[in-house]
Amino acid sequence: MKVVLRNPRREVEVAGNRRVKEVLRELDILPETVLVIRGDDLVTADQVVSDGDTIELRPVMSGGAP
Amino acid sequence: MKCRKCGGAAAIELRRHNAAFCTADFLEFFRNQVREAIRRHRMFARDEPVLVAVSGGKDSLALWDVLIEDGYRTTGLYLDLGIFDYSVESKAKCEAFAEARGVPLLVRRVADEVGAPVPVIKQVTRRPPCSGCGLSKRYLLNRAALDEGLPVVATGHNLDDEAATLFGSVMHWQTDALPRQSPALPSTHPKLVRRVKPLYRLSERETAAYAFLRRIDYIVEECPFAKGATSIAHKQILDRMEDASPGAKHNFLFGFLEKARPAFERAEAVTLNECARCGQVTTGTLCAFCKLADQVKRSV
Repeated sequence: MKVVLRNPRREVEVAGNRRVKEVLRELDILPETVLVIRGDDLVTADQVVSDGDTIELRPVMSGGAP
Repeated sequence: MKCRKCGGAAAIELRRHNAAFCTADFLEFFRNQVREAIRRHRMFARDEPVLVAVSGGKDSLALWDVLIEDGYRTTGLYLDLGIFDYSVESKAKCEAFAEARGVPLLVRRVADEVGAPVPVIKQVTRRPPCSGCGLSKRYLLNRAALDEGLPVVATGHNLDDEAATLFGSVMHWQTDALPRQSPALPSTHPKLVRRVKPLYRLSERETAAYAFLRRIDYIVEECPFAKGATSIAHKQILDRMEDASPGAKHNFLFGFLEKARPAFERAEAVTLNECARCGQVTTGTLCAFCKLADQVKRSV
């Protein structure tokens, strides 16, 4: 399956047919630091993503000047 | 995972609340948190006009969206920092948002007010860019509100922003900063407008989810100067703590607000003067913004 990462935008291929939280663990991404997006929907960490899926892991952190 | 309210399929899990919500119930949860913040801290009355500081990011546009949907009379203010393509794109997002909803948007350019855009200010001051940027934002937001006759400025600071700021202040024991950390700062001088943070009860992930689910077109890319910022490092530390112990950020911030802040507030005694140059409020003779503008003028 394809995973789209941001800042900078890039794509990686990982194995599918497993839960989102396992994909996040493999990529060393804390679940609370991203939105997991598939198409027009948010995906929760317990959902299974398949090999043919594309998901975006959109970081939620913003910052700099207060 | 099921929605806590309706039992339907959940769109988002909120570990710190030990809950999950479907889209409709999450959006209502989010709006209720903003309403509770406004009510609890008497941020503004139903009929008061509000200046909303917008950056084109998820937080400020989510805030503006909630206030518009709840029927508040709002004006947006975008500060053009002059940070290359980032500013061009973020300004376009704000303009498109305002136009689609038929709400007024003011635009001020930092370069017009300070004498140079943020990248030049960074070079001139030789300080982290967030320093001059934050100073300019606070000053210009207050002045724009005064100029427009608006009694209150609302910003999109969220729970993560507030927890990270508190963490930084505590790490350095900046006791002068602690009383000023509040979801609502009243006007303490005729030339200081009220400043409020209606998103302080909501995490960064929750505001991102709200913006996404409301189909708000916000700028996802980070400010190019935010990389390496201390506030980002503090957020990353707090993210690790939150992962190990959901609710850690909430407990840190809310515990401070309820238990510790009153003690620091009593200890603060500051005399407010008007800047000899611009007339805005300062604790000295010349305000920090005018000093910055002087420094820029000497160097550009």
